[in-house]
Amino acid sequence: MSDFVGDWHALLVLVVAGFLPNEVWRMIGLWLGAGVDEGSELLVWVRAVATAILAGVIAQILVSPPGALASVPGWLRYSAVAAGFAAFVVTRRSTLAGVVCGELVMLAGKWWLG
Amino acid sequence: MALPPLDPYKWQGSLRAFAWGLRSVTSTVLTLVLFATYLGIGALAHDTHFSLGWVLASTLLVWAGPAQIILISTLGSGATVLQAAIAVTVSAIRLFPMVVSVLPMIRTPRTKRRELLLVTHFIAVTLWVECFRLLPQVPRERRIAFTHGLGVGLVSVCLVATTIGYGLAANLPELFGAAILLLTPLAFLLSTARNCRQLADILALALGLALFPLAAQLHTGVDILISGVSAGTIAYGVHWWREQA
Repeated sequence: MSDFVGDWHALLVLVVAGFLPNEVWRMIGLWLGAGVDEGSELLVWVRAVATAILAGVIAQILVSPPGALASVPGWLRYSAVAAGFAAFVVTRRSTLAGVVCGELVMLAGKWWLG
Repeated sequence: MALPPLDPYKWQGSLRAFAWGLRSVTSTVLTLVLFATYLGIGALAHDTHFSLGWVLASTLLVWAGPAQIILISTLGSGATVLQAAIAVTVSAIRLFPMVVSVLPMIRTPRTKRRELLLVTHFIAVTLWVECFRLLPQVPRERRIAFTHGLGVGLVSVCLVATTIGYGLAANLPELFGAAILLLTPLAFLLSTARNCRQLADILALALGLALFPLAAQLHTGVDILISGVSAGTIAYGVHWWREQA
């Protein structure tokens, strides 16, 4: 066990720094969300905020890219996502077509840059 | 794969609904995206000297890609437990509105809170998106079992991916790493765009993208929260104003 997980201290760090601070928001949602009605106006607002926060996460990865994505220049990152979105629209909302097209544009751009 | 029609016979029993949920894992490109993302998380954990068991436990317990990437990279760079916990919790705030918006689709008037505990734990971007797409095709009294199946399926795929990524770590070229990291914004953007039904959703997505670079100038550490709440509220305001007109 000790080799597989590391030690009990490492597991404790995982629970205190990873599991609890993450899970607390789910549990607050479960606690407060239980009384919300499916068709309510409050839910329209909550969904709009959830969508906009997710949009923020997307923008953050593109604007300040983590790890290896930082090796791709900004214009290429934005063009790849724009091309993916265009393919998605042209194919009448196929996520697969959009993802494949975006990745290909990024790979082609990297290859072209050498 | 298409789900069966809302025929009581096809949906008889929780076990069958669980199996349909499990099988739905194969019906979405997001499963591939998750697989690739967790390859990356496994590789990252290996490079920062965490054990395989530890990173598998993090996939099981944390179950949120961005939070795991933040946890591993902050701890790996020598941050304190408190600093890591704060960074993780800021990234996790988005889970709160997701849970609040999914649960009303899943429960019935007789559902108790504790029956929703596991469903709540499974909620992250992928499950959130897939619930909006798939649950309307599932009879309401089978939705908990269906979501359990979907969640167990997705977590299993990611545990396998974490293990493979951990094993491959040393052999992954940089271009592959960049391609994996580009998958997340691409797939999140398109799957969210596909789920946009009302004007408020479309506006929230567009404004959320546009406002983040502005909010990021503030360097508050909670920039995403600021841009998200303002963009979402403006989008809701427009929706409300049109309803009144």
